[in-house]
Amino acid sequence: MLIPCPLCGPRDRREFHPRGGAEYLDRPDADAPAQAWDALLHLRTNPAGRTQEVWQHECCGAWLEVDRCTVTHRVFGARLVSEARDAG
Amino acid sequence: MRYSGLRVLAEGLRGNRGWRPAWDRPDPQDAYDIVIIGGGGHGLSTAYYLARNHGLRNIAVLEKGYLGSGNIGRNTTIVRANYLLPGNSEFYSHSLRLWEGLEADLNYNVMHSQRGLINLFHSDGQRDAFARRGNAMINQGDDAILLDRDGVRDHLPYLDFDNIRFPVYGGLLHPRGGTARHDAVAWGYARAASRLGVHLIENCEVTGIDVAGGRVTGVQTSRGAIRAKKVAMVVAGRSSQVAAMADLTLPIESHVLQAFVTEGLKPCIDHVVSFGMGHFYISQSDKGGLVFGGDIDFYPSYAARGGLHMAEHVMEAAMTLMPMIGRARVLRSWGGIMDMSPDGSPIIDRTPVDGLYVNCGWNYGGFKAVPASGWCLAHLMATEESHEVARRYRLDRFATGHLLDEEGTGSQHNLH
Repeated sequence: MLIPCPLCGPRDRREFHPRGGAEYLDRPDADAPAQAWDALLHLRTNPAGRTQEVWQHECCGAWLEVDRCTVTHRVFGARLVSEARDAG
Repeated sequence: MRYSGLRVLAEGLRGNRGWRPAWDRPDPQDAYDIVIIGGGGHGLSTAYYLARNHGLRNIAVLEKGYLGSGNIGRNTTIVRANYLLPGNSEFYSHSLRLWEGLEADLNYNVMHSQRGLINLFHSDGQRDAFARRGNAMINQGDDAILLDRDGVRDHLPYLDFDNIRFPVYGGLLHPRGGTARHDAVAWGYARAASRLGVHLIENCEVTGIDVAGGRVTGVQTSRGAIRAKKVAMVVAGRSSQVAAMADLTLPIESHVLQAFVTEGLKPCIDHVVSFGMGHFYISQSDKGGLVFGGDIDFYPSYAARGGLHMAEHVMEAAMTLMPMIGRARVLRSWGGIMDMSPDGSPIIDRTPVDGLYVNCGWNYGGFKAVPASGWCLAHLMATEESHEVARRYRLDRFATGHLLDEEGTGSQHNLH
Protein backbone atom coordinates (compact mmCIF):
# COMPACT_ATOMS: atom_id res chain seq x y z
CA MET A 1 0.00 0.00 0.00
CA LEU A 2 1.48 3.33 -1.12
CA ILE A 3 0.28 6.60 0.37
CA PRO A 4 0.95 9.80 -1.61
CA CYS A 5 2.45 12.23 0.90
CA PRO A 6 1.93 15.75 -0.50
CA LEU A 7 5.44 16.67 0.66
CA CYS A 8 7.39 13.48 -0.15
CA GLY A 9 5.48 11.74 -2.92
CA PRO A 10 4.20 8.14 -2.88
CA ARG A 11 5.75 6.29 0.05
CA ASP A 12 5.45 2.81 1.55
CA ARG A 13 2.72 2.32 4.15
CA ARG A 14 5.36 1.37 6.71
CA GLU A 15 6.45 5.00 6.95
CA PHE A 16 2.99 6.04 8.15
CA HIS A 17 1.12 5.74 11.43
CA PRO A 18 -2.68 5.58 11.39
CA ARG A 19 -4.48 7.70 13.95
CA GLY A 20 -8.14 6.96 13.16
CA GLY A 21 -11.08 8.33 11.22
CA ALA A 22 -11.04 11.96 10.08
CA GLU A 23 -13.71 12.74 12.67
CA TYR A 24 -10.77 12.72 15.07
CA LEU A 25 -10.00 16.25 13.83
CA ASP A 26 -13.30 17.53 15.22
CA ARG A 27 -12.13 17.95 18.77
CA PRO A 28 -14.70 19.00 21.38
CA ASP A 29 -14.32 22.29 23.22
CA ALA A 30 -12.25 22.12 26.38
CA ASP A 31 -15.37 22.48 28.52
CA ALA A 32 -17.40 19.95 26.53
CA PRO A 33 -19.11 17.21 28.55
CA ALA A 34 -17.26 13.94 29.21
CA GLN A 35 -19.48 12.13 26.69
CA ALA A 36 -18.04 14.24 23.88
CA TRP A 37 -14.50 13.28 24.87
CA ASP A 38 -15.49 9.62 25.24
CA ALA A 39 -16.91 9.74 21.72
CA LEU A 40 -13.74 11.31 20.35
CA LEU A 41 -11.37 8.88 22.03
CA HIS A 42 -13.27 5.61 21.95
CA LEU A 43 -16.28 5.48 19.64
CA ARG A 44 -15.77 4.73 15.96
CA THR A 45 -18.09 4.79 12.97
CA ASN A 46 -15.69 2.15 11.62
CA PRO A 47 -16.98 2.18 8.04
CA ALA A 48 -16.52 -0.70 5.60
CA GLY A 49 -15.71 1.14 2.37
CA ARG A 50 -14.26 4.44 1.23
CA THR A 51 -13.49 6.78 4.12
CA GLN A 52 -11.31 9.66 5.28
CA GLU A 53 -8.64 8.87 7.86
CA VAL A 54 -5.89 10.73 9.69
CA TRP A 55 -2.38 9.33 9.23
CA GLN A 56 1.00 10.75 10.14
CA HIS A 57 3.94 10.46 7.79
CA GLU A 58 6.60 9.69 10.36
CA CYS A 59 9.48 10.66 8.04
CA CYS A 60 8.49 14.27 7.43
CA GLY A 61 6.11 14.57 10.37
CA ALA A 62 3.18 15.75 8.26
CA TRP A 63 -0.37 14.92 9.39
CA LEU A 64 -2.45 13.79 6.46
CA GLU A 65 -6.07 13.22 5.66
CA VAL A 66 -6.02 10.05 3.59
CA ASP A 67 -8.88 9.05 1.28
CA ARG A 68 -8.85 5.26 1.46
CA CYS A 69 -11.07 2.19 1.10
CA THR A 70 -11.01 -0.15 4.10
CA VAL A 71 -12.31 -3.09 2.05
CA THR A 72 -9.89 -2.99 -0.91
CA HIS A 73 -7.03 -1.01 0.72
CA ARG A 74 -7.03 1.26 -2.34
CA VAL A 75 -5.75 4.76 -1.61
CA PHE A 76 -7.48 7.50 -3.60
CA GLY A 77 -5.40 10.43 -2.38
CA ALA A 78 -4.03 12.34 0.55
CA ARG A 79 -3.74 15.98 1.53
CA LEU A 80 -2.31 17.85 4.48
CA VAL A 81 -4.68 18.10 7.41
CA SER A 82 -4.18 21.88 7.37
CA GLU A 83 -5.31 22.02 3.73
CA ALA A 84 -8.29 19.81 4.51
CA ARG A 85 -9.24 22.21 7.29
CA ASP A 86 -8.93 25.28 5.06
CA ALA A 87 -11.06 23.59 2.44
CA GLY A 88 -13.68 22.98 5.12
CA MET B 1 -28.63 -39.27 17.16
CA ARG B 2 -25.94 -39.74 19.79
CA TYR B 3 -22.40 -40.19 18.57
CA SER B 4 -20.33 -42.97 20.12
CA GLY B 5 -17.72 -45.55 19.25
CA LEU B 6 -20.44 -48.18 19.25
CA ARG B 7 -22.45 -46.10 16.80
CA VAL B 8 -19.49 -45.83 14.43
CA LEU B 9 -19.10 -49.61 14.60
CA ALA B 10 -22.80 -50.27 14.04
CA GLU B 11 -23.00 -47.83 11.12
CA GLY B 12 -19.90 -49.36 9.61
CA LEU B 13 -21.57 -52.75 9.62
CA ARG B 14 -24.74 -51.32 8.04
CA GLY B 15 -23.00 -49.47 5.22
CA ASN B 16 -23.17 -46.04 6.94
CA ARG B 17 -26.76 -45.57 5.81
CA GLY B 18 -28.04 -44.40 9.18
CA TRP B 19 -26.19 -41.10 9.53
CA ARG B 20 -28.35 -37.98 9.51
CA PRO B 21 -27.44 -34.29 9.08
CA ALA B 22 -25.88 -32.93 12.26
CA TRP B 23 -28.43 -30.12 12.50
CA ASP B 24 -31.85 -29.29 11.09
CA ARG B 25 -32.41 -26.50 8.54
CA PRO B 26 -35.85 -25.06 9.32
CA ASP B 27 -37.42 -22.09 7.53
CA PRO B 28 -37.63 -19.00 9.71
CA GLN B 29 -40.79 -18.45 11.74
CA ASP B 30 -42.51 -15.05 11.90
CA ALA B 31 -41.51 -14.58 15.51
CA TYR B 32 -39.18 -15.89 18.20
CA ASP B 33 -38.61 -15.08 21.84
CA ILE B 34 -34.91 -14.63 21.17
CA VAL B 35 -33.01 -13.93 17.96
CA ILE B 36 -29.23 -14.25 17.88
CA ILE B 37 -27.62 -12.40 14.97
CA GLY B 38 -24.52 -14.32 13.94
CA GLY B 39 -24.01 -18.07 13.54
CA GLY B 40 -20.38 -18.23 14.54
CA GLY B 41 -18.86 -19.77 17.62
CA HIS B 42 -20.12 -17.14 20.04
CA GLY B 43 -23.63 -16.96 18.58
CA LEU B 44 -24.06 -20.72 18.50
CA SER B 45 -22.74 -21.19 22.03
CA THR B 46 -25.06 -18.42 23.24
CA ALA B 47 -28.05 -20.18 21.70
CA TYR B 48 -26.96 -23.54 23.10
CA TYR B 49 -26.55 -22.27 26.67
CA LEU B 50 -29.84 -20.34 26.51
CA ALA B 51 -31.50 -23.68 25.80
CA ARG B 52 -29.36 -25.89 28.01
CA ASN B 53 -28.86 -23.72 31.09
CA HIS B 54 -32.05 -21.68 31.07
CA GLY B 55 -34.57 -24.02 29.47
CA LEU B 56 -35.51 -21.57 26.70
CA ARG B 57 -36.61 -23.08 23.42
CA ASN B 58 -38.08 -20.46 21.07
CA ILE B 59 -34.70 -19.26 19.77
CA ALA B 60 -33.31 -18.58 16.31
CA VAL B 61 -29.73 -18.02 15.17
CA LEU B 62 -29.55 -15.96 11.96
CA GLU B 63 -26.42 -16.35 9.87
CA LYS B 64 -25.81 -14.41 6.66
CA GLY B 65 -23.55 -17.12 5.19
CA TYR B 66 -23.13 -20.67 6.38
CA LEU B 67 -22.65 -21.62 10.02
CA GLY B 68 -19.10 -21.04 11.15
CA SER B 69 -18.16 -19.03 8.06
CA GLY B 70 -16.61 -16.16 10.00
CA ASN B 71 -13.81 -15.91 12.51
CA ILE B 72 -14.52 -19.28 14.14
CA GLY B 73 -12.95 -20.74 11.02
CA ARG B 74 -10.27 -18.07 10.61
CA ASN B 75 -8.16 -18.27 13.75
CA THR B 76 -5.16 -20.10 15.18
CA THR B 77 -7.25 -22.34 17.48
CA ILE B 78 -5.45 -21.62 20.75
CA VAL B 79 -7.18 -22.29 24.06
CA ARG B 80 -5.65 -20.84 27.25
CA ALA B 81 -6.42 -19.17 30.56
CA ASN B 82 -3.29 -17.16 31.31
CA TYR B 83 -4.71 -13.72 32.00
CA LEU B 84 -3.59 -11.38 34.75
CA LEU B 85 -6.27 -8.80 35.43
CA PRO B 86 -9.29 -9.40 37.65
CA GLY B 87 -12.17 -9.34 35.19
CA ASN B 88 -10.28 -11.26 32.53
CA SER B 89 -8.71 -13.90 34.75
CA GLU B 90 -11.92 -15.41 36.11
CA PHE B 91 -13.65 -15.23 32.72
CA TYR B 92 -11.01 -17.19 30.82
CA SER B 93 -10.61 -19.58 33.74
CA HIS B 94 -14.33 -20.32 33.50
CA SER B 95 -13.98 -20.75 29.76
CA LEU B 96 -11.13 -23.25 30.11
CA ARG B 97 -13.14 -25.32 32.58
CA LEU B 98 -16.00 -25.40 30.07
CA TRP B 99 -13.55 -26.45 27.33
CA GLU B 100 -12.43 -29.36 29.49
CA GLY B 101 -15.96 -30.73 29.66
CA LEU B 102 -17.05 -29.57 26.23
CA GLU B 103 -16.76 -32.77 24.25
CA ALA B 104 -18.80 -34.77 26.77
CA ASP B 105 -21.31 -31.94 27.06
CA LEU B 106 -21.81 -31.50 23.31
CA ASN B 107 -21.32 -35.19 22.46
CA TYR B 108 -18.96 -33.96 19.76
CA ASN B 109 -15.24 -34.35 19.21
CA VAL B 110 -13.75 -30.85 19.09
CA MET B 111 -10.23 -32.32 19.29
CA HIS B 112 -9.37 -30.27 22.35
CA SER B 113 -5.68 -30.95 22.96
CA GLN B 114 -4.14 -29.67 26.20
CA ARG B 115 -0.61 -29.88 24.95
CA GLY B 116 0.70 -27.02 27.08
CA LEU B 117 1.43 -23.42 26.21
CA ILE B 118 4.79 -21.75 26.84
CA ASN B 119 5.22 -17.96 26.90
CA LEU B 120 8.91 -17.15 26.47
CA PHE B 121 10.76 -14.37 28.25
CA HIS B 122 14.06 -12.73 27.36
CA SER B 123 15.08 -10.45 30.22
CA ASP B 124 15.07 -10.27 34.02
CA GLY B 125 12.25 -7.75 33.96
CA GLN B 126 10.14 -9.97 31.76
CA ARG B 127 10.82 -12.92 34.09
CA ASP B 128 9.44 -10.89 37.01
CA ALA B 129 6.36 -9.99 34.99
CA PHE B 130 5.74 -13.62 34.06
CA ALA B 131 6.30 -14.77 37.64
CA ARG B 132 3.61 -12.33 38.69
CA ARG B 133 1.30 -13.49 35.93
CA GLY B 134 1.89 -17.13 36.89
CA ASN B 135 1.01 -16.35 40.51
CA ALA B 136 -2.18 -14.64 39.38
CA MET B 137 -3.08 -17.71 37.32
CA ILE B 138 -2.45 -20.02 40.29
CA ASN B 139 -4.52 -17.77 42.55
CA GLN B 140 -7.30 -18.02 40.02
CA GLY B 141 -7.15 -21.82 40.30
CA ASP B 142 -5.39 -22.44 37.01
CA ASP B 143 -1.93 -23.86 36.48
CA ALA B 144 1.36 -22.15 35.76
CA ILE B 145 4.99 -23.28 36.04
CA LEU B 146 7.90 -20.88 35.72
CA LEU B 147 10.60 -22.58 33.64
CA ASP B 148 14.20 -21.51 33.60
CA ARG B 149 16.34 -21.70 30.48
CA ASP B 150 17.13 -25.41 30.90
CA GLY B 151 13.50 -26.10 31.67
CA VAL B 152 12.51 -24.53 28.36
CA ARG B 153 15.27 -26.47 26.61
CA ASP B 154 13.75 -29.74 27.85
CA HIS B 155 10.49 -28.85 26.10
CA LEU B 156 11.62 -26.79 23.11
CA PRO B 157 15.15 -27.88 22.13
CA TYR B 158 14.80 -26.33 18.67
CA LEU B 159 14.75 -22.66 19.74
CA ASP B 160 17.65 -20.28 19.13
CA PHE B 161 18.51 -19.94 22.83
CA ASP B 162 21.47 -17.63 22.28
CA ASN B 163 19.85 -15.21 19.88
CA ILE B 164 21.85 -12.02 20.14
CA ARG B 165 18.81 -9.78 20.56
CA PHE B 166 16.34 -12.07 22.36
CA PRO B 167 18.24 -14.78 24.26
CA VAL B 168 15.80 -17.20 25.90
CA TYR B 169 15.85 -16.70 29.69
CA GLY B 170 12.94 -19.03 30.37
CA GLY B 171 9.23 -19.42 29.92
CA LEU B 172 5.89 -19.59 31.70
CA LEU B 173 4.34 -23.00 31.08
CA HIS B 174 0.55 -23.24 31.21
CA PRO B 175 0.07 -27.03 31.06
CA ARG B 176 -3.71 -26.89 30.53
CA GLY B 177 -3.35 -24.58 27.53
CA GLY B 178 -3.52 -26.03 24.06
CA THR B 179 -5.55 -26.07 20.89
CA ALA B 180 -8.86 -27.34 19.51
CA ARG B 181 -10.32 -28.00 16.08
CA HIS B 182 -11.93 -24.66 15.25
CA ASP B 183 -14.63 -25.73 12.77
CA ALA B 184 -15.64 -28.62 15.00
CA VAL B 185 -16.42 -26.17 17.78
CA ALA B 186 -18.98 -24.42 15.57
CA TRP B 187 -20.38 -27.73 14.33
CA GLY B 188 -20.54 -29.20 17.82
CA TYR B 189 -22.44 -26.22 19.24
CA ALA B 190 -24.71 -26.08 16.18
CA ARG B 191 -25.61 -29.74 16.49
CA ALA B 192 -26.14 -29.54 20.24
CA ALA B 193 -28.29 -26.39 19.93
CA SER B 194 -30.34 -27.90 17.12
CA ARG B 195 -31.01 -30.98 19.25
CA LEU B 196 -32.45 -28.68 21.90
CA GLY B 197 -34.81 -27.10 19.36
CA VAL B 198 -32.89 -23.96 18.43
CA HIS B 199 -33.60 -22.87 14.84
CA LEU B 200 -30.36 -22.38 12.90
CA ILE B 201 -31.14 -20.29 9.82
CA GLU B 202 -28.38 -19.94 7.28
CA ASN B 203 -28.16 -17.57 4.29
CA CYS B 204 -30.28 -15.12 6.25
CA GLU B 205 -28.67 -11.71 6.41
CA VAL B 206 -30.01 -9.19 8.89
CA THR B 207 -30.62 -5.90 7.06
CA GLY B 208 -32.31 -3.91 9.79
CA ILE B 209 -33.11 -3.90 13.51
CA ASP B 210 -36.62 -2.78 14.43
CA VAL B 211 -36.88 -0.52 17.45
CA ALA B 212 -40.12 0.98 18.75
CA GLY B 213 -40.31 3.23 21.80
CA GLY B 214 -36.73 2.46 22.78
CA ARG B 215 -37.31 -1.30 22.71
CA VAL B 216 -36.27 -3.84 20.13
CA THR B 217 -39.18 -5.54 18.36
CA GLY B 218 -37.50 -7.65 15.74
CA VAL B 219 -35.21 -7.72 12.73
CA GLN B 220 -35.49 -7.31 8.97
CA THR B 221 -33.68 -10.01 7.05
CA SER B 222 -33.04 -11.17 3.52
CA ARG B 223 -35.63 -13.87 4.26
CA GLY B 224 -38.30 -11.53 5.61
CA ALA B 225 -39.15 -9.76 8.83
CA ILE B 226 -38.81 -11.67 12.09
CA ARG B 227 -40.31 -10.38 15.33
CA ALA B 228 -38.39 -10.98 18.54
CA LYS B 229 -38.64 -10.05 22.20
CA LYS B 230 -34.89 -10.04 22.62
CA VAL B 231 -32.11 -9.71 20.06
CA ALA B 232 -28.38 -10.24 20.51
CA MET B 233 -25.73 -8.96 18.10
CA VAL B 234 -22.92 -11.53 18.10
CA VAL B 235 -21.16 -10.54 14.92
CA ALA B 236 -17.52 -9.80 15.73
CA GLY B 237 -15.89 -8.53 12.53
CA ARG B 238 -19.07 -6.72 11.49
CA SER B 239 -20.18 -5.35 14.85
CA SER B 240 -20.13 -1.69 13.82
CA GLN B 241 -22.34 -2.28 10.77
CA VAL B 242 -24.95 -4.29 12.65
CA ALA B 243 -24.99 -1.90 15.62
CA ALA B 244 -25.50 1.01 13.21
CA MET B 245 -28.83 -0.62 12.23
CA ALA B 246 -30.00 0.29 15.74
CA ASP B 247 -28.35 3.75 15.56
CA LEU B 248 -25.59 2.69 17.93
CA THR B 249 -21.92 3.60 17.59
CA LEU B 250 -19.60 1.08 19.22
CA PRO B 251 -16.10 1.57 20.63
CA ILE B 252 -14.80 -0.83 17.99
CA GLU B 253 -12.33 -0.51 15.15
CA SER B 254 -11.88 -3.36 12.64
CA HIS B 255 -8.39 -4.61 11.89
CA VAL B 256 -7.10 -7.57 9.94
CA LEU B 257 -5.03 -10.25 11.69
CA GLN B 258 -3.07 -12.66 9.55
CA ALA B 259 -2.20 -16.28 10.11
CA PHE B 260 -0.10 -18.74 8.15
CA VAL B 261 0.17 -22.48 7.77
CA THR B 262 3.00 -24.54 6.33
CA GLU B 263 2.90 -27.81 4.46
CA GLY B 264 2.20 -30.84 6.63
CA LEU B 265 5.24 -32.02 8.57
CA LYS B 266 5.98 -34.87 10.95
CA PRO B 267 5.41 -33.91 14.60
CA CYS B 268 8.07 -31.39 15.62
CA ILE B 269 6.36 -28.69 17.70
CA ASP B 270 4.57 -30.35 20.59
CA HIS B 271 3.31 -27.24 22.40
CA VAL B 272 1.85 -23.86 21.72
CA VAL B 273 4.83 -21.49 21.80
CA SER B 274 4.40 -17.78 22.21
CA PHE B 275 7.22 -15.32 21.50
CA GLY B 276 5.87 -12.04 22.80
CA MET B 277 8.82 -9.92 21.73
CA GLY B 278 8.06 -10.69 18.10
CA HIS B 279 4.31 -10.96 18.74
CA PHE B 280 4.64 -14.41 17.22
CA TYR B 281 3.02 -17.68 18.26
CA ILE B 282 2.99 -21.14 16.77
CA SER B 283 1.56 -24.62 17.16
CA GLN B 284 1.34 -27.68 14.96
CA SER B 285 -2.04 -28.86 13.74
CA ASP B 286 -3.12 -32.48 13.86
CA LYS B 287 -2.64 -32.55 10.08
CA GLY B 288 1.00 -31.58 10.59
CA GLY B 289 0.96 -28.00 9.34
CA LEU B 290 2.71 -25.40 11.45
CA VAL B 291 0.08 -22.78 12.26
CA PHE B 292 1.43 -19.39 13.24
CA GLY B 293 0.49 -15.77 13.42
CA GLY B 294 1.63 -12.36 14.46
CA ASP B 295 0.27 -8.92 15.06
CA ILE B 296 -2.57 -7.00 13.45
CA ASP B 297 -1.77 -4.91 10.39
CA PHE B 298 -2.37 -1.75 12.52
CA TYR B 299 -4.72 0.12 10.19
CA PRO B 300 -8.50 -0.30 9.87
CA SER B 301 -9.38 -3.02 7.38
CA TYR B 302 -12.28 -5.15 6.27
CA ALA B 303 -10.22 -7.07 3.72
CA ALA B 304 -9.99 -10.72 4.76
CA ARG B 305 -6.36 -10.73 3.67
CA GLY B 306 -3.35 -8.98 5.06
CA GLY B 307 -0.55 -6.69 4.00
CA LEU B 308 2.83 -8.04 3.01
CA HIS B 309 4.62 -5.87 5.55
CA MET B 310 3.11 -7.92 8.38
CA ALA B 311 3.72 -11.22 6.57
CA GLU B 312 7.37 -10.20 6.36
CA HIS B 313 7.43 -9.26 10.05
CA VAL B 314 5.91 -12.60 11.09
CA MET B 315 8.42 -14.56 9.02
CA GLU B 316 11.28 -12.56 10.53
CA ALA B 317 10.02 -13.31 14.03
CA ALA B 318 9.71 -17.00 13.17
CA MET B 319 13.27 -17.15 11.89
CA THR B 320 14.52 -15.24 14.94
CA LEU B 321 12.91 -17.70 17.34
CA MET B 322 13.30 -21.04 15.57
CA PRO B 323 15.64 -21.01 12.59
CA MET B 324 14.58 -24.55 11.67
CA ILE B 325 11.30 -23.14 10.38
CA GLY B 326 13.18 -21.75 7.37
CA ARG B 327 13.11 -25.25 5.93
CA ALA B 328 9.31 -25.40 5.92
CA ARG B 329 7.30 -23.99 3.05
CA VAL B 330 4.32 -21.77 3.72
CA LEU B 331 1.24 -23.29 2.18
CA ARG B 332 -1.25 -20.47 2.63
CA SER B 333 -2.13 -17.45 4.69
CA TRP B 334 -5.37 -15.79 5.58
CA GLY B 335 -6.70 -12.79 7.43
CA GLY B 336 -9.57 -12.44 9.87
CA ILE B 337 -11.35 -9.20 10.69
CA MET B 338 -10.92 -8.41 14.36
CA ASP B 339 -13.17 -6.27 16.52
CA MET B 340 -10.49 -4.21 18.25
CA SER B 341 -11.72 -2.51 21.42
CA PRO B 342 -9.87 0.44 22.98
CA ASP B 343 -8.49 -1.62 25.90
CA GLY B 344 -8.10 -4.98 24.19
CA SER B 345 -10.88 -6.67 26.19
CA PRO B 346 -14.35 -7.73 25.01
CA ILE B 347 -17.86 -6.42 25.62
CA ILE B 348 -20.80 -8.55 26.78
CA ASP B 349 -23.57 -6.21 27.80
CA ARG B 350 -26.95 -4.64 27.25
CA THR B 351 -27.25 -1.69 24.89
CA PRO B 352 -29.20 1.54 25.37
CA VAL B 353 -32.00 -0.16 23.38
CA ASP B 354 -34.14 -2.35 25.66
CA GLY B 355 -33.97 -6.00 24.74
CA LEU B 356 -30.94 -5.54 22.48
CA TYR B 357 -27.66 -7.08 23.65
CA VAL B 358 -24.16 -6.89 22.28
CA ASN B 359 -21.29 -9.36 22.34
CA CYS B 360 -18.27 -7.91 20.54
CA GLY B 361 -14.73 -6.60 20.85
CA TRP B 362 -12.94 -9.94 21.02
CA ASN B 363 -9.75 -8.51 19.54
CA TYR B 364 -7.77 -11.63 18.71
CA GLY B 365 -8.79 -13.62 21.76
CA GLY B 366 -12.22 -14.78 20.68
CA PHE B 367 -11.68 -18.45 19.97
CA LYS B 368 -10.77 -19.60 23.47
CA ALA B 369 -13.61 -17.49 24.83
CA VAL B 370 -16.36 -19.21 22.83
CA PRO B 371 -17.77 -21.36 25.67
CA ALA B 372 -17.72 -18.70 28.40
CA SER B 373 -18.86 -15.96 26.05
CA GLY B 374 -22.00 -17.89 25.13
CA TRP B 375 -22.48 -18.98 28.74
CA CYS B 376 -22.33 -15.39 30.03
CA LEU B 377 -24.39 -13.76 27.28
CA ALA B 378 -27.05 -16.45 27.74
CA HIS B 379 -27.02 -15.73 31.49
CA LEU B 380 -27.41 -12.00 30.86
CA MET B 381 -30.27 -12.47 28.37
CA ALA B 382 -32.13 -15.01 30.47
CA THR B 383 -31.74 -13.46 33.93
CA GLU B 384 -31.09 -9.76 33.11
CA GLU B 385 -28.06 -9.99 35.41
CA SER B 386 -24.46 -10.00 34.23
CA HIS B 387 -22.75 -13.29 34.98
CA GLU B 388 -20.23 -12.85 37.78
CA VAL B 389 -17.23 -13.70 35.57
CA ALA B 390 -18.27 -11.25 32.84
CA ARG B 391 -19.53 -8.36 34.93
CA ARG B 392 -16.64 -6.08 33.96
CA TYR B 393 -17.21 -6.44 30.21
CA ARG B 394 -19.36 -3.33 30.21
CA LEU B 395 -20.13 -1.31 27.11
CA ASP B 396 -19.72 1.94 29.02
CA ARG B 397 -16.40 1.16 30.72
CA PHE B 398 -14.45 3.47 28.42
CA ALA B 399 -16.61 6.42 29.47
CA THR B 400 -16.43 5.50 33.16
CA GLY B 401 -12.72 4.67 33.13
CA HIS B 402 -13.05 1.04 34.29
CA LEU B 403 -10.69 -0.27 31.63
CA LEU B 404 -9.36 -3.82 31.29
CA ASP B 405 -6.06 -3.06 29.60
CA GLU B 406 -4.40 -6.48 29.92
CA GLU B 407 -1.29 -5.43 28.02
CA GLY B 408 -1.01 -2.00 29.60
CA THR B 409 -0.56 -0.38 26.22
CA GLY B 410 -3.14 2.39 26.47
CA SER B 411 -6.69 3.00 25.48
CA GLN B 412 -6.47 3.02 21.72
CA HIS B 413 -7.77 0.39 19.32
CA ASN B 414 -4.62 -0.40 17.38
CA LEU B 415 -2.25 -0.67 20.33
CA HIS B 416 -3.20 -4.17 21.49
